[in-house]
Amino acid sequence: MDNAFIKFNNVTFSYTVDEETGQRIKPALKGISFEIPKGQFIAILGHNGSGKSTAAKMMNGLVIPDEGEVTVDGIPTSDEKRIIDIRKKVGMVFQNPDNQLVATIVEDDVAFGPENLGVEPAEIRKRVDDALKAVGMYEFKDREPHKLSGGQKQRVAIAGAIAMQTECIVMDEPTAMLDPRGREEVMKTIKMLRDELGVTVILITHYMDEAVKADRVLIINSGKAVADGTPREIFKDVELIKSLGLDVPQATELAYRLNKLGYKIDYSVLDEKECADAILRLAGVV
Amino acid sequence: MIKDITIGQYFPGNSFLHRMDARMKIVLTLALIVGIFLCRSLVSIAVVVAVTFALIFVSGVPLKMVLKSIKPLAIIVAFTAVLNIFYIRGGTTLFEWRFLHITSKGLFTAFFMVVRIICLVIISSLLTYTTTPTVMTDAIESLLSPLKIFKIPVHTLTMMMTLALRFIPVLVDEVDRITNAQKARGADFDSGGLKEKVKALVPIIVPLFVSSIKHAFELADAMECRCYVDGKGRTRMKKMKLSFKDFIALLVVAVIFAGIILCNIYFKKVV
Repeated sequence: MDNAFIKFNNVTFSYTVDEETGQRIKPALKGISFEIPKGQFIAILGHNGSGKSTAAKMMNGLVIPDEGEVTVDGIPTSDEKRIIDIRKKVGMVFQNPDNQLVATIVEDDVAFGPENLGVEPAEIRKRVDDALKAVGMYEFKDREPHKLSGGQKQRVAIAGAIAMQTECIVMDEPTAMLDPRGREEVMKTIKMLRDELGVTVILITHYMDEAVKADRVLIINSGKAVADGTPREIFKDVELIKSLGLDVPQATELAYRLNKLGYKIDYSVLDEKECADAILRLAGVV
Repeated sequence: MIKDITIGQYFPGNSFLHRMDARMKIVLTLALIVGIFLCRSLVSIAVVVAVTFALIFVSGVPLKMVLKSIKPLAIIVAFTAVLNIFYIRGGTTLFEWRFLHITSKGLFTAFFMVVRIICLVIISSLLTYTTTPTVMTDAIESLLSPLKIFKIPVHTLTMMMTLALRFIPVLVDEVDRITNAQKARGADFDSGGLKEKVKALVPIIVPLFVSSIKHAFELADAMECRCYVDGKGRTRMKKMKLSFKDFIALLVVAVIFAGIILCNIYFKKVV
């Protein structure tokens, strides 16, 4: 791929160092390689400890590979002088909404990134207003973050990345601490990011129903990329997904179980409608 | 319930005081406090009391709310009054019994101290009532910025203040959660003497420290992701600007200040 925006090239990383030998042990990532083109919405899946969060943190240089290289738009993340350039391109949203809001007023928080970049005050004002409108939080601009719901806080965090005009936003389990309604709000915002703003979205998640909405799914297991493809291609292989300690979307699960019971149903279905259609097809109604 | 606390004690409004530049407000508050302590005659202290009430009126903050801010000081005020009554000697002696003396000067000093403390607290709480914490820290940063030539990291200090303010409600929530979790495990926070009660706080404080440090690490990551380096090259969305009304306020305070000094000169000094 020539239009690769983020490129992982044989990346290895370990958090722990063996005290006796000085060797890095228990690697979180073991020689992983993949590329993410501009404008793609990619979901990265993996069970706890699979290395997916580490991979996320490498995408804007918070974590630098021990071996191999990560490049963002051609810039290696190990180049300390250009780390700001990378972070201008790649924004990040974390799991805990409370730990990423800096200011005591919503609009001040969204302004934090552009202020750091030294943008002109009038331009910041415009960007902040636009970003808050984009995520539907404009009427909350004078509120205090701790009085917002989890979903609203995450939308403010996303607005903070939009206001920096990043080309790509990496989200590390942004919905893990939210209730179903908050999850829906965030997923709607992600869809808007890709469809309307053309932002590359990298979503780390363990909700399969979120992954289904992506253009592409990448599964990481024990520090290696084990599956990569469109959601339909990936979730077709139910046995593989299950062997990796993951679930398939509920609709797929239902079709799969019916299939196991002996009904000749096509279980490459991703959502409720497709599942219902497949069942009706089997019944000969459609 | 515990979630309802507001940071600081900002009272939303749109009064003259609310719209003033926060830097001017801080400077003028300090000037007024100095003025309060310059009062030596009854007329000048009357001026100060009148100004204080005029400020409450202008701010639009309900009198009840303002008086609430004095309440915690009742003991200190009473203590100062008593000490001054018995320790200051001068003027005519009004009462004498063994080692106790009450003099006219002592009574006046006590009265002045009480009025001064109350006015001081009211005026400075009006500052926080009419200024949001964010604006306040910005103003402090701006006022302290000359210290940069002495290599004092003014920006870092005010950033710490902002973050502390931001995390007060988060930590309050956390204390709530930890307390409940420990109660569920059978911790007893209510019975026993003072020693037992203090000891019972350890299982709250230790997890609180651990989680604060976690918060700090994650926050640092989040700030780095948003290109925060330090104050260098940063711009601000909200520019503070001195306007016409700030200069009016400056003029008013200057007149008050001059008035206090003139009253001291032309009227009888009592302390």
